[in-house]
Amino acid sequence: MSRLIRMDKTGHTTLAEWTAEDSDATDAAVAAFRAELDQGYYAVVSDADGNASHVRELPVDASLVILRRPIAGG
Amino acid sequence: MTDAVAGGQARVAAAEGLPELATVWWRPRTDKSSIRRTERRWLAWTVAQTAPFLAVGALLVALKPLLIPMSLLAVAQAWIIAELYAARGAAVVRPRRLSGLAAGARKTAERTALGLLGDLLDHRSRALHDSTGLVLERGELGAWVLGEAGAILVPSGGRRAHCYCVKPTDAALPHADRVAHLLLALRADETGFATVANLAFCGARWRLRRRLDRSAREALDAAVEGSALRYA
Repeated sequence: MSRLIRMDKTGHTTLAEWTAEDSDATDAAVAAFRAELDQGYYAVVSDADGNASHVRELPVDASLVILRRPIAGG
Repeated sequence: MTDAVAGGQARVAAAEGLPELATVWWRPRTDKSSIRRTERRWLAWTVAQTAPFLAVGALLVALKPLLIPMSLLAVAQAWIIAELYAARGAAVVRPRRLSGLAAGARKTAERTALGLLGDLLDHRSRALHDSTGLVLERGELGAWVLGEAGAILVPSGGRRAHCYCVKPTDAALPHADRVAHLLLALRADETGFATVANLAFCGARWRLRRRLDRSAREALDAAVEGSALRYA
């Protein structure tokens, strides 16, 4: 089961869960993903080796996609 | 599911670097050579600011030994200038006070955020975060200590330290989520992360260490150890 989560003031919120076989759930995840990107969030996929990459389309094979706010120099 | 794509294609964005780079388009991207240039520039700047006071101190003693107290004041002034810079650097990893949520809700949010951050860390980094509130991450530029509103980079060799002010734009995030924001951005594009961040201090690691609180010192020592291990 893959998850789309958003880091927010509650810690994090799970926005969607899907499996590659469930097209309805995947479509819902894609819609949620797009909506959050439109709100200014960035999406990151983190792998077990400690690498991360930004994505602009929902990678359906990723187990966890994290939405984060932009960062800026203080 | 026409809009969803397989992972390899979706990660094309990573090659373009950190999205936030667009907000600092005028800055050249940080790399190892610019890190060394920054170290030389800060050293020259510090010498330029402190040397006149040291010279005055020496001159006063040479002119009249009775002026030793005045000479010591000039030397102290030189010392204080360097210490003030180091104090500014140390402030980047100081914990911030959060606002916007009641204490109970904040505690719940912090627990939830900690779960996610813990999933992103290996055992050693998780233990370090538990004891210090800071995260250690090794990169190509050196070893990083990440706080919720800044980061310290210890490049190879471990003698110098670079302190950066950088934070998520959402002020209501729990502590662990703020650290996770910086961690994910750093992992995605280390040089981009160093470019977006604002440099607050660059100088001798020992001087910075004196200005840190105990837990931050522990994290800095772990970074130095990591830096030495990586580049030995």
